[in-house]
Amino acid sequence: MNSIALLIILSGYLAVLFYIAHWAEKKGNSKWTNNPYVYTLSLAVYCTAWTYYGSIGVAADSGLSYLPIYLGPIIIAPSWILILRKIIRISRVNKISSIADFISLRYGNSRFLGAIVTVICLTGIIPYISLQLKAISETFHVVTNTPTSKNIFDDTTTLVAVALALFASYYGTRYVDASEKRKGIVTAVAMESVLKLVFFVIIGVYVTFFVFDGFDDIYQKASLLEHFKEKNTIGGLPQAINWFLLCVLSMFAIFLLPRQFQVSVIENNRENHINTAVWLFPLYLLLFNIFVYPIAWGGNILFDGKNVNSDTYSLLIPQFFDEKTLTVMVFLGGFSAAISMIIVSSIGLSTMITNNILIPYNLLGKLKSEDSVSSKSILNSRKIGIFSLIILSYFIYRFFGLDYNLVSIGLVAFVIISQLAPAFFGALFWRRGSRLGAVYSILVGFAICIYTLLIPYAIGITNSSSNFISEGYMGFQLLKPFQLFGLDYLQPVPHALFWSLLFNSVTYFAVSVSFKGNYRERNYAEMFVDINKYITNHEDAFIWKGTAYRNDIEKVLIRFLGEERTKRAMNIFNVKYNVDKNIELADARLIKFAENLLTGHIGTASARILISSVVKEEKITLPEVLKILEESKENIIINKKLTETSNELKEITAKLQNANASLIIKDKQKDEFLDTVTHELRTPITAIRAASEILHDDDEIPEDLKKQFLQNIISESDRLNRLIDKILDLEKFETGKQTINPSKNNLVETVEKSIEPLQQLIRNKKITIHIESKDKINAYYDEDRIVQVVTNLLSNAIKFCPDSEGLITIQIIEKDNFIHTFVHDNGKGINPNDFEAIFDKFYQSTNQNIKKPVGSGLGLAICKQIIDHHKGKILAQPSIKGACIVFTLPKNKNIEL
Amino acid sequence: MKKILIVDDEPNIVMSLEYTFKKNNFEVFIARDGQEALDIVKTNYPDMIILDVMMPMVDGYATIEQIRKDDNLKHTKVIFLSAKNKESDIEKGMALGADAYLTKPFSIKKVVDQVMELLSK
Repeated sequence: MNSIALLIILSGYLAVLFYIAHWAEKKGNSKWTNNPYVYTLSLAVYCTAWTYYGSIGVAADSGLSYLPIYLGPIIIAPSWILILRKIIRISRVNKISSIADFISLRYGNSRFLGAIVTVICLTGIIPYISLQLKAISETFHVVTNTPTSKNIFDDTTTLVAVALALFASYYGTRYVDASEKRKGIVTAVAMESVLKLVFFVIIGVYVTFFVFDGFDDIYQKASLLEHFKEKNTIGGLPQAINWFLLCVLSMFAIFLLPRQFQVSVIENNRENHINTAVWLFPLYLLLFNIFVYPIAWGGNILFDGKNVNSDTYSLLIPQFFDEKTLTVMVFLGGFSAAISMIIVSSIGLSTMITNNILIPYNLLGKLKSEDSVSSKSILNSRKIGIFSLIILSYFIYRFFGLDYNLVSIGLVAFVIISQLAPAFFGALFWRRGSRLGAVYSILVGFAICIYTLLIPYAIGITNSSSNFISEGYMGFQLLKPFQLFGLDYLQPVPHALFWSLLFNSVTYFAVSVSFKGNYRERNYAEMFVDINKYITNHEDAFIWKGTAYRNDIEKVLIRFLGEERTKRAMNIFNVKYNVDKNIELADARLIKFAENLLTGHIGTASARILISSVVKEEKITLPEVLKILEESKENIIINKKLTETSNELKEITAKLQNANASLIIKDKQKDEFLDTVTHELRTPITAIRAASEILHDDDEIPEDLKKQFLQNIISESDRLNRLIDKILDLEKFETGKQTINPSKNNLVETVEKSIEPLQQLIRNKKITIHIESKDKINAYYDEDRIVQVVTNLLSNAIKFCPDSEGLITIQIIEKDNFIHTFVHDNGKGINPNDFEAIFDKFYQSTNQNIKKPVGSGLGLAICKQIIDHHKGKILAQPSIKGACIVFTLPKNKNIEL
Repeated sequence: MKKILIVDDEPNIVMSLEYTFKKNNFEVFIARDGQEALDIVKTNYPDMIILDVMMPMVDGYATIEQIRKDDNLKHTKVIFLSAKNKESDIEKGMALGADAYLTKPFSIKKVVDQVMELLSK
């Protein structure tokens, strides 16, 4: 493939990345960028070019040893729920922006410790970045079939490195506050994680199923190769210990690598995203590893006896079969893997360089003088930092060649970073861990790394003819760098890890126990270890004594945050702690609050230096701190109780409001009920009045009409009386004055009893009435009341039956401890929308107070009250023809009435 | 002979009104709800409608809205006769185009007077 063409494809690809980053940055907190999947995928920055190419190389050359690097994270992932959550919480409340900040803050804002951590990270990671650039460059030349140009300015891959450096320095420094989230970068990294996985799986499927005939076929052919057996066994106990140590190594790496800390802690938007990452991240690693083996051994089979770099099998195989698209695709996947790592690592490192070395050591100008360090100079130094880190790494690759394969340099980085483990995990769980302990432990561990790994590797690179490795320092056999103290069955990397970590941890514990830390360390120890207690009001847990003026502190804040943000922050502080803004003196909480605000911008150590320059601090002794901590713990408990009480009060207020609202509704309903009732009462009175008036005024009225009017007066008076009875009934039920007296009765008889008085009416309307039931169905109920219900339902049914061929069916059945009684007519039926409302005495009002209900309105409301008091139910049911009302009564006496 | 339409779902009230207006030489039509009333006015163009508000199916307010849309009925007078006697109910009735609003219980004599007065205008 032509270099220019590949370069064009690469630029296109980078442009898409730029676009995604830009888009995500603009989207802000939308669900597309702020979700657990983007978070988990961004964690997959763990899979670098090393995974993409290097794993295949290892699997091809030495079999199973590529696995522990993925097993470690998979094994440790469930613990994230506890550990990572804790780290995230600590970092969030303290506005921590890097692992150097994290460690330096815990050990009392230690400037020196922050610097050491930064140096450790730089030593480990810069060669690692070089390696990624090497991978990009070499694979570029493999794909284009071009030799690496001797002249660095001639080489096309130089262009790629510069473009990357520009991209990273632009998007990595959008905010001065380094603890701010970088949505653009994270989304782009997540996107790349998808791409690298997909492309890798595609090439895997291609090799397994298109080049070969499935997994079995590869296995068959591979097993004929030389060394197949010994490459594919763990190799006894010594090898198993190597394995185990590599697993431990990668467990540390997943927490401590600056890029992992960056994406998993600093860029974490919600703690809950961890819950998804816990299963999805291991799954991602698993998917990635499915095809490592087939590709590796497929390559071994195809290129058996030829001298090719096994790291590049995934490119060589499609190239061998002249699959151009596939080759480019694989290349892009590897490119993605590499640049994710490069970008995220360089951002993390440059923040550390600026915040933990340049600013605290006054290398950007005097921190305390007003006009030297500013937001702008910080941003610029970070930009330059990212850019020069990438370019420096590129130079290292070009001038030192880095003849080791991808995996080994990656592992060296892991071992170096692991030196932070005791101090880091100690910070989370051990209150006694002290600054001195941390400093010495890291230095001792690092020294051992240098002796057992870096020096021998450097000798390897420079090809000097030293016999340091074979003979040991000055010929002391016990000091052989790869067999320190005679430990001869570990491979160099696990060997270095073992000794360095051993001495590192022992130093950490021994020094911490022997020399107590100062009060500041103890204070932060408390806050880190018990972060859950201090999560909401962590400023309360900060102990400080002295004199400070709000004005001075505000001035410092304005310098880095600007006028407006400072004002806003101070307002938040005043509201949170209920502080009067006119008070001149600052308290411990404000000091901590201000330090936090600055931490994101200039790192913990500098924040502390800066704040202490404008306040007058008094020394506090350790016992004093412990005492205050005890008190503040109590305070926090009291605070918690207060919060609880205030929450309770809030709840009660809410309840009162609800009660009030329902009272208002009830009041309104009462009014409406009154409206309805007066209307109902007025109707018969109107009829009576009209008829009486005619009878009174009109002497010529015919006799039969006169009779009719008088009859009307009588029936309307009766109606009036019935209405009054109903209203009183309803009132009694609702106020609980009405009691029911259940006794054992036969419901069938009760129904028949109810029909009796209506027989005349039924005959007049020529209605047929049917009862479908057994002869005897016993239940406990108040018979008079149930008669009232049945009578009411029947009267309605009679009223609505058609004038001819009316039919009423009463069905009584037993079902699930209840007796169901259905009353069914063949009239015009009930509108399903009104099924519930008809039992409501306010039915008319809910119907805009205009439409008149079927029936008088109160009858069904009373039925409902009666049935409710029997613990039964009454409801209207859908029916093909006519209306169907059903009521239920409990069969058993033991249902308390 | 003037035509009058009585719209009410209470047969006993209707009966009194029917008797009275027949005696006063009206041709009387009767509807039990708004829908029936609307069916009747389509063919009979009454001079006067006495309209109840609360009725099943189509209520009085909806009925008068329909009537007022019909150009053929623009000379028809409408009197509401309703037990709803709140200020707001009366205002609403008048706003919808009624010529008068009488409340129940009513004096038959007053209803007749009101009808006569409106028809003589």
